Amino acid sequence: MNEFVESRVRLTWPDRLRSEYDVVILGGGGHGLATAYYLATRHGIRDVAVIERGYIGSGNSGRNTTVIRANYGVPEAIRFYQRSLELFQGLEEETGRWIMHKEKGLLWIAHTEMGLRAERARAALNQAYGAETVFIGPDEIKEICPQIDLAGGGRYPVMGASYHPRGATARHDRVVWALAEGAMQNGVEVHQNTTVTGLKLSGDRVTGVKTERGDISAGVVMMALGGQVTMVASMAGLRLPIRSHPLQAFVTNHYQPGLDAIVASTELLFYASQTARGEILIGAEIDRQPSYSYRSSYGFLSSCAGRALALLPFLADLRVLRQWAGICDMTPDYSPVMGPTGREGLLVTTGWGTWGFKAIPAGGEAMAQLIATGEVPELIAPFGLDRFARDLPLSDRGSAGTQ
Amino acid sequence: MLYLTCPNCGRRTVEEFRYGEIPAIPESITDPDARDLDRGFMRTNPFGPSVERWFHDYGCRRWFTVTRDTSTDEVL
Repeated sequence: MNEFVESRVRLTWPDRLRSEYDVVILGGGGHGLATAYYLATRHGIRDVAVIERGYIGSGNSGRNTTVIRANYGVPEAIRFYQRSLELFQGLEEETGRWIMHKEKGLLWIAHTEMGLRAERARAALNQAYGAETVFIGPDEIKEICPQIDLAGGGRYPVMGASYHPRGATARHDRVVWALAEGAMQNGVEVHQNTTVTGLKLSGDRVTGVKTERGDISAGVVMMALGGQVTMVASMAGLRLPIRSHPLQAFVTNHYQPGLDAIVASTELLFYASQTARGEILIGAEIDRQPSYSYRSSYGFLSSCAGRALALLPFLADLRVLRQWAGICDMTPDYSPVMGPTGREGLLVTTGWGTWGFKAIPAGGEAMAQLIATGEVPELIAPFGLDRFARDLPLSDRGSAGTQ
Repeated sequence: MLYLTCPNCGRRTVEEFRYGEIPAIPESITDPDARDLDRGFMRTNPFGPSVERWFHDYGCRRWFTVTRDTSTDEVL
């Protein structure tokens, strides 16, 4: 089935936590492990510890909906996500691990005149900035995805779509394991089941972290903590423009492959794709109230399933297998935050809202470069935390999942 | 699943309500040099009990105050 010889993932766990590392990364999810991986492989920085409270990929790296795409709403973001999309394309070759990367094409459907304008604009902007996206009409949509009901159940007629042929999905666990394995093979230590209890400060400078298993001194501490960043940042007296909201998703039972494209609709507030196992994966919008609770709700399931049925009526015959929630760190401008924090020795990559998975390789690569060179790479310079104080937000709400 | 108890209509699921934000950032943690930044972009993001305003959109259409534990979604 795949061209790679599958063997046991070679994860080598260290038995003791040392008291000093050059770099300490908080959070063993995609972004933390990608940063460690690129530090070790591209920059030769191997004295790195990744500290994870649970097990690797147990947070939002294991709760996302695995879509990889680059069609965003501001030029800075398009460039960044295009880089990420390209790194994802080469990640299997680079790590030697099968991450089940599959190019599927993403249809972003419009049902109203206003939606049409938004999709035309999305296509024009992305085409201009290098993320291949074209505007197509209902006939072409039907050709790409025959399951779509062009009448939209009578209430949501399909009027057009922006089509992003490079849109893809990958298996989230395998991405995490591939990066963890690659990092560990190059000398990075990943410590699971280690809770951070505080940050070591010397004046304004962050000099290390305190954990349940002992204190660690570090040259640089990087926070890659989906859903927990507010609490850890406050240990350094730092406030972030972040609010954490749950996002729910669900999958159906396993069925024969058939839904080849990724289908999204802003007006119906859902997106759907078929996983490699054959489940139809449907996700939606963040819950309006901030919360750290992983509990999902029947109210969401029934309303989201109803909306999905309007566009994909074949779903009516399928059964729901599982439903879950992840925690999204939302910034006021719906763009991520990467770079220095204003506290010496402390870096942050956060605000990954509903767009964290697709940014894993580019985010990790850029943060690794920042740690290695001490200079903010040009690719992520616009995403600095100081953009809010400078009144230069990157407003991109229209690109956030189904917002 | 989050249930809220409206003082007028009783216990209903969260879908009936509109989240009405946490009242303004407390003065105690506001940096006087950064009032505009706070007003424009900063948010509180409490982990644990949080005092919030909710609006019963699909009911009596009135505002009420709820203390909710954001780590468990339990109403206190």
